[in-house]
Amino acid sequence: MTLTSLDKEIIKALQQDLPQTLNPYETLAQQLHLSEEALLEKVRLFQEKGLLRRLGAVVRHHQVGYTHNVMVVWQVPEHLTTATGHHMAARPEISHCYQRPTRPNWPFNLFTMIHGTSEAACLDFVQELAAETGIQHYQLLTSLRELKKTSMRYFCESPAATE
Amino acid sequence: MTAIQDPIDQQLLNLIQQDFPVDPRPYKILGDTLGISESDALQRVNLLREAGIIRRLGGVFDSRKLGYVSTLCAVSVPDHLVPQAAALINPLPGVTHHYQRDHTYNLWFTLIAPSDEKLSETLGQLEKNLQTQADGGPLLNLPACQTFKIKVQFQL
Repeated sequence: MTLTSLDKEIIKALQQDLPQTLNPYETLAQQLHLSEEALLEKVRLFQEKGLLRRLGAVVRHHQVGYTHNVMVVWQVPEHLTTATGHHMAARPEISHCYQRPTRPNWPFNLFTMIHGTSEAACLDFVQELAAETGIQHYQLLTSLRELKKTSMRYFCESPAATE
Repeated sequence: MTAIQDPIDQQLLNLIQQDFPVDPRPYKILGDTLGISESDALQRVNLLREAGIIRRLGGVFDSRKLGYVSTLCAVSVPDHLVPQAAALINPLPGVTHHYQRDHTYNLWFTLIAPSDEKLSETLGQLEKNLQTQADGGPLLNLPACQTFKIKVQFQL
């Protein structure tokens, strides 16, 4: 869908924190000079069109018990990529699963983000996946340090659009 | 296993990670589902926000459907120059996640940009800066060609 400037204003508002009140949409609508009903209709439309993937709480997974995560990259034969990707995506321990291009010095084409409650649980799970899928060429990239983690702010690029 | 002990808080988090109600009285709906009052639901959510367990309560958008493009990049820099490299990478507004990892390619970050042109321009400039200021190697640019799963909910 083509986004109007009002749509972009609504998206900018929704990507921030909802007001901590009993009727957060009413507060937001007032800020946007809209009726609450008009705002709610837009939110539902964005959800229906898939623009808004999710409206809700973004939790810190460290703080809810998922203390360990590892990125595992797999070298999957081209003709098996789609089937293997779907197989891995079905497992709840995997939060993200993508096929990415290979490069001359980079042979791995399937990327998985694995979460667990301990390092051993993550490692066991990776071995289990390798045995199940028969993919033997893979590498574990453990995160040593989080250098940045934020939510994207869309439509804030031009100086005129920032407030 | 989970750091959240209170069973109502657990259920509440499971609910609102999926779908915060799009309704004039969202906390009334949550309260009714959980058998607590509207004001109790609000108070619990506010406490979880203040405790930092909820990083943000808001919308997560599909960057592609908003006309944006995204990629995952990796670069190799000497360990002692990681702070210099991070000082070049992190200020870019489209960089949302950045990790140092245990690998020859030791820095991994995601980049979102309003167009392919802007993305290439940003990466080209960044690669140059990393080479001159942080002894960085060539950038590995790996945009997704197939997405099998993006899941950000954690079952408690």
